Amino acid sequence: MKIGYYPGCTLKTKARNLEQSAIEAMSLLGYELEELERWNCCGAVYSLADDDLVHLLAPVRDLIRAKDAGYDKLVVLCSMCYNTLARANNLMRDDKVKRKTLNDFMEEESDYVGEVEVVHLLSFLRDEIGWDKVREAVKQPLDDIKLAPYYGCTLTRPRDVSVDGNVNPQIFREFVEALGAMYIEWDEVESCCGSYQVLSNPEAAKETVTNIIGSAQGSGADAMILSCPLCDYNLGKRQGDLVGGDGEDQLPVFYFTQLFALALGLLPESCKFELNPEASNQWLEEKRLVAVPA
Amino acid sequence: MSITISTDSNDYEFSRKIEEISGEPFRKCMQCGTCSGVCPVEAVVEITPRKLIHLATLGLREAAMSVNMSWMCVSCHACEVRCPRGLEVPRIIEAVRQVQLRTNSDSIDVAAISSETLKDAPQIAMVSSFRKHTA
Repeated sequence: MKIGYYPGCTLKTKARNLEQSAIEAMSLLGYELEELERWNCCGAVYSLADDDLVHLLAPVRDLIRAKDAGYDKLVVLCSMCYNTLARANNLMRDDKVKRKTLNDFMEEESDYVGEVEVVHLLSFLRDEIGWDKVREAVKQPLDDIKLAPYYGCTLTRPRDVSVDGNVNPQIFREFVEALGAMYIEWDEVESCCGSYQVLSNPEAAKETVTNIIGSAQGSGADAMILSCPLCDYNLGKRQGDLVGGDGEDQLPVFYFTQLFALALGLLPESCKFELNPEASNQWLEEKRLVAVPA
Repeated sequence: MSITISTDSNDYEFSRKIEEISGEPFRKCMQCGTCSGVCPVEAVVEITPRKLIHLATLGLREAAMSVNMSWMCVSCHACEVRCPRGLEVPRIIEAVRQVQLRTNSDSIDVAAISSETLKDAPQIAMVSSFRKHTA
């Protein structure tokens, strides 16, 4: 079955490990993530100024492409793209005045009223496939592995685009348990990692990343899983220099789709682990989740 | 931080502008400080979100614009989902940021970000940082 898919910029470069593992895992389940023929950057952040409509053009054009291609759902993997596209979609569905202004401005495009549903892959797994089928498809259960899933900000806030209606979201717990792993309860599951401040104000990211990693490690997690390439950058690739400590002290960080692919029995090559931090790769070898080099 | 309040210092045009850009009736704020308590960048800001809203309400333009609160905010929406008055706090903070950006002045020097960071960071970091910090 083919489903519409929006990758976003980062998945084509720094986060190819997120994209490839997701595409191959979904293929094994019988779903082809079919990339939109034409797409553009979503803008990464949703415009919060009430009078700023120009920054809505980018995400809305992507939604129009999805509608014109005949999709009623658009699956997104990157948390930030998901958030931006879903909020733009809600605005086009609910705000008649701004919708008309945007549609009039893009006179070369077909009018759009929010017909496409923007869906994060986690929601698709829960709502369209179901955890029972995911569980049945698991060939290599992640027995005894303690996972701390991290939502960050953009999967659950604001509430009208949350992938889980609960104040205390459960979707990642359900995912982890379907893979046969142990779900770890921990405090900073929805805390902000510092986001883009890492570029210009790294001291802000140092504070947030230290709190988040400390909380997950203090709760006994073996590894963290997430779905945002910017969270992955701060908590994974920059963990060493923001938190300190050498490889053994670091918490391994993966995209949720990478451990999903492994659990389904796909080869490590499908997961592009070479794009993950060294500490994460060492942990995979210790846990015998990948073959140890001779 | 000490501020002087007088009929001369209160710029209610600034308050009106913040309300117009944010679309938020921020005078509803009752200064409970829940937003400040959950703010992830609270440790590195010169004033808290609660105080920034107070300054905007009083029309204290210079006091609101001269501190780093609006630039440090990452629009994580942790405050918004907890606000007992239902205010979309990140929109109010965004409006303060926009008042400066719309004078065509950036808050960061993009050239000062190391080439190593720009090479390694994901595109969404660059796009979001430049959207929030540059005119």
